[in-house]
Parts: sequence; structure tokens; C-alpha cells
Amino acid sequence: MDTVMLSRIQFASTTIFHYFFVPVSIGLALLIAIMETMYVRKGNDEYKRMAQFWGKLFLINFAVGVVTGILQEFQFGMNWSDYSRFVGDVFGAPLAIEALLAFFLESTFIGIWIFGWDKVSKRVHLLSIWLVALGTMLSAFWILLANSFMQHPVGFAVNNGRAEMNDIWALVTNGQLLVEFPHTVLAAYATGAFLVTGISAYKLLKKQDVSFFRKSFEIAAIVGIISSFGVAIAGHAQAQYLVETQPMKMAASEGLWDDSGDPAGWTVIAKIDPDNKISTHEVKIPYMLSFLSYSKFSGSVKGMNTLQAEYEQAYGPGDYIPPVRTTFWSFRIMVAAGSLMIVLGVYAIYLMWRKKMERPNTWFMRFMFWGLLLPPIANTSGWIMTEMGRQPWTVFGLMTTEDSVSPNITSGQVLFSVISFTAIYAILGLVLVGLFIKVIKKGPYAMDNDHGESHDPYNKEGSHAFS
Amino acid sequence: MLSLNELWFVLIAVLFVGFFFLEGFDFGVGMETQILAKNDTERRVLINSIGPFWDANEVWLITGAGAMFAAFPHWYATLFSGFYIPFVFALLALIARGVAFEFRGKRDSLAWQKTWDVCIFLGSFLPPFLLAVVFASFIKGLPIDGDMQMYAGFFDIVNVYTVVAGITVVLLCLVHGLMFTTLRTVGDLQERARKMAQKLLFPLAALLLAFVVMTYYMTDVFEQRGALLLVIVILGIAAYVLSGYFMSKKRDGLAFGMTGAVMALSVVSIFVGLFPRVMISSLDQAFNLTITNAASGHYSLKVMTIVALSLLPFVLGYQIWSYFVFHKRVHEKEHLEY
Repeated sequence: MDTVMLSRIQFASTTIFHYFFVPVSIGLALLIAIMETMYVRKGNDEYKRMAQFWGKLFLINFAVGVVTGILQEFQFGMNWSDYSRFVGDVFGAPLAIEALLAFFLESTFIGIWIFGWDKVSKRVHLLSIWLVALGTMLSAFWILLANSFMQHPVGFAVNNGRAEMNDIWALVTNGQLLVEFPHTVLAAYATGAFLVTGISAYKLLKKQDVSFFRKSFEIAAIVGIISSFGVAIAGHAQAQYLVETQPMKMAASEGLWDDSGDPAGWTVIAKIDPDNKISTHEVKIPYMLSFLSYSKFSGSVKGMNTLQAEYEQAYGPGDYIPPVRTTFWSFRIMVAAGSLMIVLGVYAIYLMWRKKMERPNTWFMRFMFWGLLLPPIANTSGWIMTEMGRQPWTVFGLMTTEDSVSPNITSGQVLFSVISFTAIYAILGLVLVGLFIKVIKKGPYAMDNDHGESHDPYNKEGSHAFS
Repeated sequence: MLSLNELWFVLIAVLFVGFFFLEGFDFGVGMETQILAKNDTERRVLINSIGPFWDANEVWLITGAGAMFAAFPHWYATLFSGFYIPFVFALLALIARGVAFEFRGKRDSLAWQKTWDVCIFLGSFLPPFLLAVVFASFIKGLPIDGDMQMYAGFFDIVNVYTVVAGITVVLLCLVHGLMFTTLRTVGDLQERARKMAQKLLFPLAALLLAFVVMTYYMTDVFEQRGALLLVIVILGIAAYVLSGYFMSKKRDGLAFGMTGAVMALSVVSIFVGLFPRVMISSLDQAFNLTITNAASGHYSLKVMTIVALSLLPFVLGYQIWSYFVFHKRVHEKEHLEY
């Protein structure tokens, strides 16, 4: 395989892996901040326990998110140096600001939060977790600003053979960012919320620490339902923006080869044949694509064949059709997972409303437990659609993936890094799941015994050291 | 008045000085877990002594690389693609180290702890070694062609000069870390840390001296900035001697400041030697990357300057405050988080 393909595999795999943890960090930070706020306001120690118990999972998850994030920053230069040269003027700034504004905030105050329980006042401690939550959100903002530039480049001019920034305000108010940021951050809140409801449901099924986990479940369910609805609304806005700015991605995610009729129906499933440029066995919901694209029940959507011709006119000869099957199915998986989250969330709220959480359905709680997998599925497929659907571009309309790769690296080097990063990530993933299960099994009231006295070698061998 | 290009060169230098000064000591403490600690409790005391800080210290590196990307995209691109394999190893080490702190105490199994202890050691030893190798080869010069592409073979990167630099910085981190340990621990551990630092002073001095001599003969930096570098070397020697003096007087805070100063001056000397180049081509002077031809446009630099100068006071403020919050010594009898 060539360095382009290998570098793409590396970027895709390391980014997807990294993005299992980022939304959990963003979501859990908010939930923990809410729980600790309730502790400070009500003085009930159970809420403090909640912050600490979910905090334990947060920290394990945060560690993996942080270390896999370092690689993200370096591999632009390592594998995509020509990309970095071409857009560094625009793209580097948000990354630097992300580090300066968000990473310092997160890393410093997470230290204060972990180690500061009895060293700073309650309020300062509470402020630290809110600052961590703010930091994670700011970090999302600046990295999405950089990504939005790649989806919809604004605020630059091509000078000296590269893209040079000429309007930072245009970047900050990029239409793409204004739809992408809420969609992504709300999805992250939903991810944290469904993780907490899922684990709580499991514990409630086992009837362990019932009061603790019911309270956790209720807080998270409220956050979960609000953010799930929010994700859907923001997603709708994003789809409309997509039709305007990246119609090819929209057409590909619909498997739409020729221009649609007016009004356009939304394809639920289809058999896509990219070789013959045809989709068969389509099941459609009438009017739905028009609504998705324009918020009204009329209007036709351009197909890939039309767009291919238009792009060839604009950018010269080439294949501008992204991998259609991947784009099509990842979009549907995302929508299906998101819809299920809303259904589960609504039912959970109904149970709470009718005060039926005392004895909820066993089958429903099982659904809620497995529901913790829905947000990661939706997040991952959403990003696959977004990034694959942009091909062959790295920066839409400006630079192709082919041209972005480092010319001075060999496929052997990249193969080596792909294998080593995949191996270490696989280990990290397994260890993380194992530790999660261990912490969850122990429960919130057994946490302090990780270094139980009886296991402390200090008692056996070390007493002379401090006498 | 500094031009924006010069200002960003200085800011990046400051970020790397900050990184080596701060993460330098937590790398050192990471190494101590295998060299100095006698048992698991001591290991935990050491890890907890850097617990609240190491993550933020590492952000100095991330910010430094980010600033390079934003202000000098060609520098960033040439550097990271050119040193592909060393950075793969540095990243693997940093990844393993970062999770090891969080993971090692989460299970009561000896094999489990030993595994993560190895990760902490390698993760604390490899990154400073590899980064020092990279920085040393900066001033030695690298095969960079007219398209700013670097095609380096193994011996362009790994040679006597760069390896000496690597070992020197690793040892400097260790001594700096030992002095940090004297500040954050009590009793026997503190005593042993100070003694070990004192023992290492002579070998480290020899290495530092060897590096300076080699730099004189093997690079052009003394021709370029002889006077200024001489001042730095003299200041460095003074700080070094003072660190030894303060160690012997058990003035640990001052000694820590001095080992930090030696570290800072070493990094500064590299940047002084480079300026106004950012990467030196061994093929042709004309292919050098400089603060002009590697830089972003004026508008970008201006925006970045405004952002950086408005944020830096806050960043520095709360980081200093966090050191104040955790100024008390770590005691084995209290709750140890890790």
C-alpha cells in the first residue's frame, strides 16, 4: 500500500479511537459538575459520592483521551506535511489556541479536582470541575473550527502557493461551525448521559446501591433527553447547510445518482451499485428529503452525476464522488441510533414523571443498559459520513487527500507506525474496559480501598524508611 | 522592537524552555520510581508528588508544537515528517506513561503494577532523550532539500553528538527531578534524593562540558553567536556550581532553581544558536528554514499574538496558583491518590 492509503488508515483508526473517549469526557465532566453543584447546594454526601464515583470513570477515560490526543496533533506534521504547509497559516492557529485556551485549563484544574478535595474550599473545588467542563467544551470549539475550515473553507486567500488567513472572524462565524459545534457538543453530552444511565440501569437491575444509582439515572436521563433532542435539531440544521455547501456529500449520503424529483423522498434503505452508478430496491419516505434539505415539503436535490459534471467544470477532470456506500450507510446508522436514543430518553422521562422509577420494567432497564452503546455508534458513524463524504478533498475545493501526504516518508515507516499505534490502542481499549467493569462492580462505596492497608507494602517492608 | 516573526520565535523558545523546566522534573521523578524508590509506597509517594502537575506540564509541549504549526508551518511540517520514526517512539512512550499514572494503582496485582512501572520509566526516559536528539540535530544540520523536505538517514539523526545530547538531557532531568523530590517529600526519601543528585553532579558536568566542546567543533553556532553563547555558557557554569553548593547546604529550593536554570539555559542556547534559522540544511545554506521563509503570513501572526498575549497572564496565573495549592510535602501517611 502507498503512504497515502496507510496514512489515511492511521488517521482514521487513531481518530475514531480517540473519539470514543472525547465525548465521554465532555459529557461526564458536565454531569459531574452538576452532581457536585447539588452536593455544594444541598450538602447531601450522596451527591459528593456521585461526583467521586463517576469521577473515577471520568479520570480513567480522560487519561486515554488525553494521551491519544497528543498523537492527533503530531500526525498532521508527521503524515500530512504538505497539507500542513498548505493550510498551516489558517489551520495551525485554532490548534495553538486550543492548547493555550483549553488544554492548560483542563489539565491544571483536573489536577486541582483530583488532588484538592481537602486542600481547597468546597466552592473552589466545585469551580475547578466547572472549569474542566468549560475547558473540554472550548477544546471542542477550536478543533471543530479547524475541521469546519476543511469542510467549508472561509476567511482565507491563496497567496504564495498556500492558503493564508485574512479574516479570523469569518473562521469563528463559519456557518459550518455554527451547525457542527452544537451538533457535536450536544452529542457528547448525550454520550456521557447515556453512559451514566446505562451503568445505573445495570446497577438498578442488580438492586445495588439503589438510591445512589436512581439519583444518578435521573440526573443523566434529564441531560440525555435534552441533548438528544438538541442533537436532532442541530443535525437538521447541519443537513440543510450541507445541501448548500457540500451537495456531493448530501447526494452520496442519499445514494442519489440523478437529480431527485420535486418533492423529494428520503431513502430509508437501498442497494447501491457504485460501479454502474445506480441505486435499486429503494424504500422511500415521501417529502422527507425535501424537508431534510430545505425545511419545507418541496424542492429537488441534485444528484451525484449532475454534481460530478459541475465539479469537473470547476476543478478540472477527476473523480469527485466519495465512497457512496460508506457515506450512505453511516448516515443511516447515525440517524437510527439517534432516534433510538430519543425513544429511550422519552420513556425514561415518562417513568420518572409518573414516579414509576421505584420499580421500572426489567426489559426497559436492559434496553437502557445496552443504550450506552448508542451514542458511540452514532458519533462514529457521523464522523465517518462527514469525513468520507468529503473525499477526495482534505480541504473542500482546495486540496486533495492525495496532495496532502508527506512526500518524504516511506510506506515502511507508516506501516510501522500504523501497527504500533494500533497495538498500543488495542491494549489501552481492553485495559480501559476492564478497569471500567472493575470500578463499576466495586460500586460507589468501596472506592477508597484500591490501596487497602493490608496490601500496602509499607506495612511489611518499608517501616524503616520513614523512622 | 521585535518583529512578529522574531516574537514568535521567542515565544516558541519560551514554551520549550517551560516544557523542559517543568516536565523535565516530572520526567526525572518518573525515572526515580525505578532508581531511587525502594518499595511500592515510595514509588507512590513519588508519583503523587507530581500527580497534580505532570499533565499540565506536558501541555507546554503540545502548545509549543501548536505554536510552531501556527507561526511557522514549514518548520512544523519539515520537523515532524523528517523525524517520523523518533516521534513514533516518543509518542508511544508518552501514551504509555500518561495512562500508567492513572492505571497502575487500579488493581492489586504485582504484575499489573510492575508492567505500568516499566511504562512510567520508559515513558519518562525516552521522550527527553529523543527530544534532545532532535534538538541537537537542529543545530548540527540536517539533509533538507530546496523544497524544505528533509530526507534523513539513521546516522543523520543518531550520531555521537546527538546521543551525547540525549544522555545529557536525560541525566539533567534526573538531577532536576531529584531536587524536586527533595522539595516534595520528607525523611529518608528526601535525604536519598539529595545524595543521589550530589553523586550525579560530576558525571553530568562532564557530559555538559563534552556537549559544549563538541558543539564548538561540530556546529557553526559559535561562529554565528559566539559572544552571546559564551555568556550563556558562563551563566550555566555558575548556575551549575551554585546548584552543587546549595545541595550541600540543603537549601533544596535554591538548588532546584539552579538545576532548572541549567536546563533552561541549555534549551536557550539551542535557540540562540539557531536564530534566525529554525532548521539548518546540511546540504546548502540556501535551503535553511528561517523565521521568514518558514513563517505564516503577517495577518495570522498578528491574530495569534493578540490571542497569546491576552491569554498568557491567565494561564501562568492559575498554573502558579496550582503549585501554591499543592506546596505541602507528600507524606506516606496521608491519602495517596495514585
